[in-house]
Amino acid sequence: MVSNNNFQPEQSLPELTPDLFAKADSLDVQDNEKITAPSLSFMQDSWRRLKKNKVAMVSMVLLIIITLLSIFAPVIAPHSPNAQIIEHANLPPKIPGLDISGLNGTVNQNGIRLDKYEQTGVESDVYYYLGTDSLGRDLLSRILYGTRVSLFIAFVAALLNLIIGVTYGLLSGWIGGKTDNVMQRILEILSGVPNLVIVILMLLVFDPGIMSIIIALALTEWISMARIVRAQTLKLKNQEYVLAAKTLGQSSLSIAFKHIMPNLLGIIIIQVMFSIPSAIFFEAFLSFIGIGIPAPDASLGTLINDGYKTFRFLPHLMWYPSAVMSIIMISFNLLADGLRDSFDPKLRD
Amino acid sequence: MKSYTKYLGKRVLYMILTLFLIASITFFLMKLLPGTPYSNQDKLSEEQIFIMNEKYGLNEPIIVQYGIYLLGLVTGDLGTSFQFNNTPVAELLSSRIAPSAQIGIQAVVVGTILGIVLGVISAMKQGTWVDTTATLTAILGRSIPNFVFAVLLQLIFGVWLGWFPIALWSGFASSILPSIALAISPLADSARFMRTEMVDVLSSDYVELAKAKGLSKWEVAFKHGIRNALIPLVTLLGPMAVALMTGSMVVENIFAIPGIGEQFVKSILTNDYPTIMGVTMLYSLLLVSVILLVDVLYGIIDPRIRVATEGGE
Amino acid sequence: MENILEVKDLHISFDTYAGQVRAIRGVNFDLKPGETLAIVGESGSGKSVTSRSIMRLLASNANVDNGEILFKGEDLVKKSEKEMQKIRGSEIAMIFQDPMTSLNPTQKIGKQIAEPIIKHQAVSKEEAYKKAEELLRLVGIPNPEKRMKQYPHQFSGGQRQRIVIAIALGCNPDILIADEPTTALDVTIQAQILELMKELQHKIKTSIIFITHDLGVVANVADRVAVMYAGKFVEVGTVDEIFYNPQHPYTWGLLSSMPTLETSGYLYAIPGTPPDLLNPPKGDAFAPRSEYALKVDTMYEPPLFKVSDTHFAATWLLHPDAPKVTPPAEIVARQSGFRTKQLQIQPSDDLSQMSGQDLEGPQDKNNLSVDELTTDRDGKGEANEPRY
Repeated sequence: MVSNNNFQPEQSLPELTPDLFAKADSLDVQDNEKITAPSLSFMQDSWRRLKKNKVAMVSMVLLIIITLLSIFAPVIAPHSPNAQIIEHANLPPKIPGLDISGLNGTVNQNGIRLDKYEQTGVESDVYYYLGTDSLGRDLLSRILYGTRVSLFIAFVAALLNLIIGVTYGLLSGWIGGKTDNVMQRILEILSGVPNLVIVILMLLVFDPGIMSIIIALALTEWISMARIVRAQTLKLKNQEYVLAAKTLGQSSLSIAFKHIMPNLLGIIIIQVMFSIPSAIFFEAFLSFIGIGIPAPDASLGTLINDGYKTFRFLPHLMWYPSAVMSIIMISFNLLADGLRDSFDPKLRD
Repeated sequence: MKSYTKYLGKRVLYMILTLFLIASITFFLMKLLPGTPYSNQDKLSEEQIFIMNEKYGLNEPIIVQYGIYLLGLVTGDLGTSFQFNNTPVAELLSSRIAPSAQIGIQAVVVGTILGIVLGVISAMKQGTWVDTTATLTAILGRSIPNFVFAVLLQLIFGVWLGWFPIALWSGFASSILPSIALAISPLADSARFMRTEMVDVLSSDYVELAKAKGLSKWEVAFKHGIRNALIPLVTLLGPMAVALMTGSMVVENIFAIPGIGEQFVKSILTNDYPTIMGVTMLYSLLLVSVILLVDVLYGIIDPRIRVATEGGE
Repeated sequence: MENILEVKDLHISFDTYAGQVRAIRGVNFDLKPGETLAIVGESGSGKSVTSRSIMRLLASNANVDNGEILFKGEDLVKKSEKEMQKIRGSEIAMIFQDPMTSLNPTQKIGKQIAEPIIKHQAVSKEEAYKKAEELLRLVGIPNPEKRMKQYPHQFSGGQRQRIVIAIALGCNPDILIADEPTTALDVTIQAQILELMKELQHKIKTSIIFITHDLGVVANVADRVAVMYAGKFVEVGTVDEIFYNPQHPYTWGLLSSMPTLETSGYLYAIPGTPPDLLNPPKGDAFAPRSEYALKVDTMYEPPLFKVSDTHFAATWLLHPDAPKVTPPAEIVARQSGFRTKQLQIQPSDDLSQMSGQDLEGPQDKNNLSVDELTTDRDGKGEANEPRY
């Protein structure tokens, strides 16, 4: 009544000769132990899934490009970021070869396009790709250097936060007992302190500058890292495979490194990836309210703040650094999201 | 009930300890600051400084000043502002709480509700363009710095379209733009959080059972999914409070709102230490209370905690 | 008697990054009203997928490539999601494996039991709650009126499984699918739950599909047993036939690996691992693990050979040309105790119809007639309880 399906091509009718009913020898038999699905380590598997996530990959490439540009800022920057040429103040963007209003050095004044560069008597071979600020400094160069400062602060703060947070969390979770209890009470009290307040107080007490911002950020951001690492360590510590390793007589230290650390890695990487944009944002925020990097040095935050002061008249001074910062933040967040998804064993497919 | 009360009692104790710690840190940090805290120092003679110090209690030994400061905190006396002559900090701040609270509450309520809706839809439509759009919105909201966003809002709706006042504090209309600017961060956070929680809940066994009962996808989401996903959302209140504090400093400055954040920035720039300390204590109190509130709320809405503490069985 | 459910040539595959995993590769079975069919197999053999496909609760990467699931004569595979919602929980209900996680932790259990009743039956809320209370009493929860207002965490694992059963019975389903309902429970609780299910079936007369990997459980509850391996049914028969006259080497292995009172010395274990369904092996999927494998096993999939009207096994050993093999001693002992008419080993159908697929056709009808066997079994009473 059920006709044979077309799912599988009709198998040819087997020719059943009596010799087929002899006992099979091992050569006839397919090896079942052979696993045909590729076997992937945790990291390989995560990387495979991250690679599939196009958004995260694009973000990663963008971030690598931006990081390289900022590292090589001294080589790339067309002008000195701090050289003030007052005569060249407030020039609009001018890019060689492009004759598009807004990018050719002209501004709209009462309906007529005026060549600002000609007006102020700038030599014809001088170009400010993104224009200049009120002190005649090249915006592009300042953004390159500003990105460098912002990224430097964020990376170092994230690194310190990683070291302090992981050590604290690992110790607390791994030792357990009384030590853990005391360390947790300390965290509990510290977590009630608004970061913002600590950072601002620190900046008021120390001389403002890159180092004090880094210290202030590192001192406040590690708490969540410590908590996550501790919780995860506690969980892992009670897993059967750790118990098995203990039963087999492995030392506490080797268990911590061989069994706990690799399993913590994913969550630590994700946490670091999220802490970088938050550090960038916090630095920018401090600069924006006026207690960030002191002049003439600049971070993206100070550039945005400077731009904000004149944004009604010279909006590009604010938009360019804002755009760069937004791209960095979005990329970091997307990459961190992608990493989180690819490390999540629940999402295995 | 006993164990829960005991637990809450412990939390309150930690809360007080935290506040004490913050008060002490702020106090001694402020004492470390170099110079006298008077803006027009050069014009003051030794004698005048002495009189001023006497007036502010600055001639006493540090430890006595510390005692006086702590005592003042308990009674709600935050000292006197250096900048606004003779204005008690408590008075200065209390007049500024209303605007901050208004935009803060508006932002949290609107942002969280929209975020929840966005997160739920996103989780229900996993992998579709709706999900992508919602996720993208959340990522943009979390990535674009709030000051950039605030300025953008001001430019588009204030300057170009002229729908709202640009920088003027006069009632509800002027609170709309700053509230939107502030709402972005709670919106993005709660959308993201809600999506993750919802995806988690939707893959749970009891949702499977609910489907096996014959409920439709959305019935399952409303009757079993959302409530369970909402419970952990309460934990976001703490980080949200922090985000609102930083946010309000920026937004209040950009929109010229006479709130706490604006006052704080002003005080930082003018070294008005008593006011800085006052705001610090106010923010800390707010954060610590929110953390406590989260604990209490959790006990109320999660039957696993609530019931375990009620019955004696 | 009409079949309440007929599954015909069901093929289900899952799309994964590594390729298509063919989880179900041509499953046929039917279920009569009031009958309990046990599906036995190791993890990954496809028994849960089979049961979920009946409820249409498969993961989104699953595809029903072929086949029909006829419920009261209508194909469930072709039903719309809306139509399925009307069937789920009312006509076909399901019990899940882990009672600790299958109840909503934040909802009172009274509400959870009443939910499908309100959804599927035209009753008021009060009536539904009344019914829920009765159900709680029925499944043996004391103080139902008080316990209706409690949350899942206030119940023990066994009690929670009773509640899950109460939920499933809410609308008097025609079919109850129990997916390893006792696996997550302690042995003593397991026995209680099984007892409860048997008792309830007597009262409610629902058909049960009982999924398990535990043959011991099967003997207790089932009328018929289907042994599943690598996405196929390898042997189907009444409980007695499977336990006392097994024909398939895999069934032999399963039975031998189950300790009985007579077991002494080593307990048998089936060597090797199940095949990777990403690349199903050619021929008989069990051949690589079988010491009885024939050359033909490596080339052609065996069809279902008919052993009796109710007993079928997919192994070339039943082919007339096959050499006579002696099953393990343990199995021989079992078979000698099997008191039936003379064994007639004959291919289920003309070999010309054989196509590597399970054979359909007239013998499907024969499958229905367990009636006589069940009465036969009842007559034998305790004497015929499986020995283990």
